[in-house]
Amino acid sequence: MSELTMTTDHHDHGPAKGIGRWLFTTNHKDIGTMYLVFSLIMFLIGGLFAFVIRAELFQPGMQLVDPNFFNQMTTMHGLVMVFGAVMPGFVGLANWQIPLMIGAPDMALPRMNNWSFWILPFAFSMLIATFFMDGGAPAFGWTFYAPLSTTYAPPSVTFFIFAVHMMGISSIMGAMNIIVTIFNMRAPGMSLMQMPMFVWTWLITAFLLVAVMPVLAAVVTMMLMDIHFATSFFNAAGGGDPVLFQHVFWFFGHPEVYIMILPAFGVVSEIIPTFARKKLFGYHSMVYATVSIAVLSLVVWAHHMFTVGMPIAGQLFFMFATMLIAVPTGVKVFNWIATMFKGSMTFETPMLFAIGFVVLFTIGGFSGVMLAIAPIDFQYQDTYFVVAHFHYVLVPGAVFGIMAGVYYWLPKWVGRMYDEGLGKMHFWLSFIGLNITFFPMHFVGLAGMPRRIPDYALQFADFNMMASAGAFIFGTSQLIFVYLIIKAARSGETADQVPWESAEGLEWTLPTPLPYHTFTTPPVIEK
Amino acid sequence: MKLSSPTGLVSVVVFMFAFGFMLVPLYDVICEVTGLNGKTAGQYEGEIAGDTSKNRDVKIQFLVNRNANLTWGFSPNTVEMKLPLGERRETSFRVVNTYRKDVVAQAIPSVAPAEAAPYLHKMECFCFQQQPLTAGETKDMPLVFFIDPELPDHITKLTLSYTLFDITDTVAKTKTEKPESKIVDHS
Repeated sequence: MSELTMTTDHHDHGPAKGIGRWLFTTNHKDIGTMYLVFSLIMFLIGGLFAFVIRAELFQPGMQLVDPNFFNQMTTMHGLVMVFGAVMPGFVGLANWQIPLMIGAPDMALPRMNNWSFWILPFAFSMLIATFFMDGGAPAFGWTFYAPLSTTYAPPSVTFFIFAVHMMGISSIMGAMNIIVTIFNMRAPGMSLMQMPMFVWTWLITAFLLVAVMPVLAAVVTMMLMDIHFATSFFNAAGGGDPVLFQHVFWFFGHPEVYIMILPAFGVVSEIIPTFARKKLFGYHSMVYATVSIAVLSLVVWAHHMFTVGMPIAGQLFFMFATMLIAVPTGVKVFNWIATMFKGSMTFETPMLFAIGFVVLFTIGGFSGVMLAIAPIDFQYQDTYFVVAHFHYVLVPGAVFGIMAGVYYWLPKWVGRMYDEGLGKMHFWLSFIGLNITFFPMHFVGLAGMPRRIPDYALQFADFNMMASAGAFIFGTSQLIFVYLIIKAARSGETADQVPWESAEGLEWTLPTPLPYHTFTTPPVIEK
Repeated sequence: MKLSSPTGLVSVVVFMFAFGFMLVPLYDVICEVTGLNGKTAGQYEGEIAGDTSKNRDVKIQFLVNRNANLTWGFSPNTVEMKLPLGERRETSFRVVNTYRKDVVAQAIPSVAPAEAAPYLHKMECFCFQQQPLTAGETKDMPLVFFIDPELPDHITKLTLSYTLFDITDTVAKTKTEKPESKIVDHS
């Protein structure tokens, strides 16, 4: 049967010509590429917003923008980076890699795959268009707490709500596709416990997405109804409660931060064994740790809101549940270190990013444990310490994770090597730049500098100037990354089939350059 | 139907969307059952119940807030009172509409400590209804209440706070279809 279709359809295997290839494609490689390019564009746009923020904060006093525009910048920076850069970046990696790593010919639901990507450009065009609307873009923070985002919101909030709905639909469809693919399209003989770690972490992430993105949709729908249909979900005058908003939002929001980090755990769990030339230490414990992190992430949301006036029992529960997450996370960090221990390590760019990830993510994890302590959180709440914390877990965490993955698999994707010297330069400038940016934020935060304010007291001036200088280094060095990718895709040296000495996994059994269709015949899995 | 099938996943999505909305009544129920958040219950009906033999006195303070820097007058006619548990008391709050137009006010109560909220029973409260005020009107609004004798011993002082909201626009919005609406804008 399959022989028959193979012979009859054999003439139609290459990509379609022209723009139609990208508009109508159902090929996981094309869609993966589009996701990654979209993510990169959003990363640069979000970076531009960050540039405005850091330029204004370069010196105390008001210099460049008015406070309302500053608030629009912080809000849009957060929204674009979270929903536009990090999440599509990981979905792009998943689209490229999951079929290659489990020996599947494509994703299970290819038409839906096309649709889930093509929603995104429209969602973000709508979101960014709010800048040109009456009252400007949303200025209520990426967490859009009511009543700031309802009673006091600019009229453009409705467009923001629809944009969030569209992003949510896109993510849910992407996640469903990944789950169905992993459960149904693994090569014969590949059991769940034989799957690569990247596939495992994405499977768990996808379940989290399916569970919590609808809750985000629900909370923005409630906002929509409060704004336009005179309901009172979050309006105290009508019997509602603004604190309810925070509960529903963070019920989505906390799992969301794990959605942004779990796939990065998967990426470094692929890279470290390759460059340490050892098997991943404690594969089973890695899987169980990921599952425990995901489950725990669903019951810790209120640690974002210790200061709203919670009863002591609630504070204790959320504090201890949060600190418990440090245990499986610690298991993972120790496993990565144990994998490197006594390995024959080399330090190519993907490995540099992976080690940078382990070191800096751990710093962010430690400040997270500090923030989890309810009594101390009253001092840290809404200060730059929080900003330092979540940038340490998101920039060298999620973003380095994506970049490490891109460096690691790029030779397979484009069939050409990237410039190793440029890659190393990109890593070191990013590493130095981001530490200069975010480390001083710990100090100004502990000293009481509030976040989301365009001006600050004079004693914070030196550290802020330092942070801004670091941000300019970090931001500009990303242009090296853009140049490097273009250069590799156009004129890099032809890559070997296995460009890394001891890389293992089904994706490396495929020829380079990669054919448009792969694994049309399932590979044989060795037991 | 397997959970990991497309239909299974769609039903998870639909369920979780509904769950988001279910959190709303769930939140209210949790607040009511546990008395967290300082939310008081609705109108108390029936006799004053409970063991009055303890005969303990507690202090209650009345606080007022005006939402969004409302310029209306709003103050308690009694700032503080001492009363035995299980005894019915009456007090009132004065509101002055300083606008030259008719408005609708709504007061939202909150009790501190939150733990005491379920023990404060209101038989009559101006917060149960929307309060229409004509232009320039001054009105004394009644509150009739008692404190449950079961109030935990360590609580000796309660604070009952009211926040006053101007809901004129919201009421006008929901009643636009109804011609019998009494809201007339004189401005």
